[in-house]
Amino acid sequence: MLESDDNIELHARVVVVGAGPAGLAAATVASAAGLAVLLLDAAPVPGGQIWRARQGVAAEPVARAQARLASAGVRVLSGTRVVMALPGRVLLIDGPQGARRLRWNRLILATGARERLLPFPGWALPGVFGAGGLQALVKGGWPIRGRRVLVAGTGPLLLAAAATLRREGADVVGLAEEARAVALARFAGTLAAHPRKAMQALRLGASLLGVPWTSGTRVVAAEGAGRVERVVLEGEGGKTRTIACDALAAGWGLIPQTELAQSLGCALAPRFGASAIAVDAQQRTSVDGVLAVGECTGIAGAVAAQLQGEAAGRAVVDDLDFDGPANPTARSSRRLAREHAFAAAVAITFAPPADWAARLRDDTLVCRCEDVPWSALRDQPDLRSAKLATRCGMGHCQGRLCHDTLAAVMHWPRLPVRPPLGPAPLATLLAVLDNPPDPPSTKEQST
Amino acid sequence: MKISIDGRSLDVAAGTLVAAAIELAAPGQGARVSPTGLRRLPLCGMGICGECRVTVDGRVHRLGCQTLCAAGMEIRTDA
Repeated sequence: MLESDDNIELHARVVVVGAGPAGLAAATVASAAGLAVLLLDAAPVPGGQIWRARQGVAAEPVARAQARLASAGVRVLSGTRVVMALPGRVLLIDGPQGARRLRWNRLILATGARERLLPFPGWALPGVFGAGGLQALVKGGWPIRGRRVLVAGTGPLLLAAAATLRREGADVVGLAEEARAVALARFAGTLAAHPRKAMQALRLGASLLGVPWTSGTRVVAAEGAGRVERVVLEGEGGKTRTIACDALAAGWGLIPQTELAQSLGCALAPRFGASAIAVDAQQRTSVDGVLAVGECTGIAGAVAAQLQGEAAGRAVVDDLDFDGPANPTARSSRRLAREHAFAAAVAITFAPPADWAARLRDDTLVCRCEDVPWSALRDQPDLRSAKLATRCGMGHCQGRLCHDTLAAVMHWPRLPVRPPLGPAPLATLLAVLDNPPDPPSTKEQST
Repeated sequence: MKISIDGRSLDVAAGTLVAAAIELAAPGQGARVSPTGLRRLPLCGMGICGECRVTVDGRVHRLGCQTLCAAGMEIRTDA
């Protein structure tokens, strides 16, 4: 079912990028209808972030999806990244088996989200983690038992991260939420209209009983000699206090990962407070043959991601098999609309802070890859100048952290995405030059 | 399972990330020193920030947070 002309080139009619809830749902629906599906994912075990494997063992919904995919003959490539999109419906991918060219007829992007990690004084000290970041590391065996952890920033992810950390034996010494009490009270009204979400919140709250929790509180600085020893917080009245801790887990919500979509030419649109891949009701992007599902189309959670994945699966089945309903069912559209209404409320309640520049000091490192301080960036005219003058964004993260920050703080337009999408060994790139991809046949173009 | 980090042998449970193994072997030491000489620990835990880069079985710039330990794996933070 999976064509492989040689070692270097793979082909699947449907290629899904990302094995979180959205990608797994899309692959399941498409493969159940008999389409050849290849699912690739950067992590060593499928599941994405919310269904992340614990100590290498896939989460329960993932194990069920994997069984279905295996019986449908879906090839899953874990530990595999998309290096770049090549002309003619081909991706250059790199993984444990080495570099491959991967030809597709339909491409479903389920590239998820990353945490919004904003700089503040002391954030480069060892012991400062993203909130979801530390949660992920702990699920991979990072030692946390008995460590004092402060959780801070904004958004529902903080509760989930704190709950995981506590379950794994961390001493969660506090949870500092930036959203003000008045905004949270308004959000409680939204929760009342979403009983399942309310139950989730209650369960998380119960697992955090005894953890000091404050609203309207922000991180001023992390301090310590060579590692985090304490964190300075500021409350709603401007009063500061210092919390002794071994680690700070801080995040300010999520950002859709749109780089691959952008390099394919897909249009973006603002969605739930962030720039996301624009899609229609069938999850089609502005580029023919490319669909997108889940958090990369707007931060709306795992239920919405699964519904979108199923919708995209149905759409590609309709495209390639000429049967089956192309449109989502009325019930699934209603459910998705409900999830989106909730996502809109979350985006408003837990919006990223607006005045971030005021929190930076001259020596705060905005770019961690190249150690570029705020003082070297504040007077630059735009991102390109900042990059050329300071190397900010030229390191490993390719601006995924620092350019996100600068775009928000300075209101600078983002630079266009350029391949490769991440650092790639030269041998990977040479694999393409040695064997240029065949021009796509007209038959493939028309399917 | 047994792995080695900078030449020293370490026993880790199956499913342990390379980044976590490094923390178990030498708490707080991390894998990366920044251009101005600052020691770093992982930040994002999902393959974005690159603070966990190490050499795994001779392959440079592997992401410790996206790589599971395997029996006999040789990890270098000092390469």
